[in-house]
Amino acid sequence: MIWELELIIYVFLALSAVVALEVTDMLVAVVMMTIFSFLMALLFIAMGAIDVGFTEAVIGAGVTGILFVVVVFRTSRKSND
Amino acid sequence: MNKPFQTPIVLLGARLLSPYIMVFGWYVIFHGHYSPGGGFQGGALLAASILLMRVAGGRTVAELQIKEFATTPLAVIGVMIYFATGLVAVAMGGYFLDYGMLPIPGMEPDWLRYTGILIIEVGIGLAVMAILVMIYDNMVRGEDYG
Repeated sequence: MIWELELIIYVFLALSAVVALEVTDMLVAVVMMTIFSFLMALLFIAMGAIDVGFTEAVIGAGVTGILFVVVVFRTSRKSND
Repeated sequence: MNKPFQTPIVLLGARLLSPYIMVFGWYVIFHGHYSPGGGFQGGALLAASILLMRVAGGRTVAELQIKEFATTPLAVIGVMIYFATGLVAVAMGGYFLDYGMLPIPGMEPDWLRYTGILIIEVGIGLAVMAILVMIYDNMVRGEDYG
């Protein structure tokens, strides 16, 4: 793969991970984790592991995001910071 | 899920997108022995299309598509397909999941192995789809389950 494109994907990967850890809104954190998972799938495919990238894109970016959204809506937040 | 507002746009988009995801899931299952993918990935794609409709439409749409009590029997049927294929091969004198020993008449050995892998992957896909939908249903229903 073109190394400049891979570098851009790595930078966005680190950015999305930091945002998902630091943000206070849980829904934003879930969306950031989905973006992290999708970029990770792109990197897996670029490294040649097509099967792993496929599984990561389906499970990490699809089903896990939906399950985390359900968890966010089912729970409540006690502290207001 | 109880939603604070209802919009028809989200439901329309989900209705547009969901059948194509499901067709692609079946494609991944049926081409599992030539190309990347297989039973688990295809089953997860089928579950993703069903979960998309459930998130967008709520419980009334979920009752129309796959009812909540139907997920456990579907998962059991998938696991039964897997183990029945393996144990039939054992009963015919081979090893567990030895596809060449399956008793399907009039078939070359290489096509017999293709067919055995296809049967196994349909079972795995059915089980994965049903269990992912079941996890979602139980999480939405919450503590008052059972």
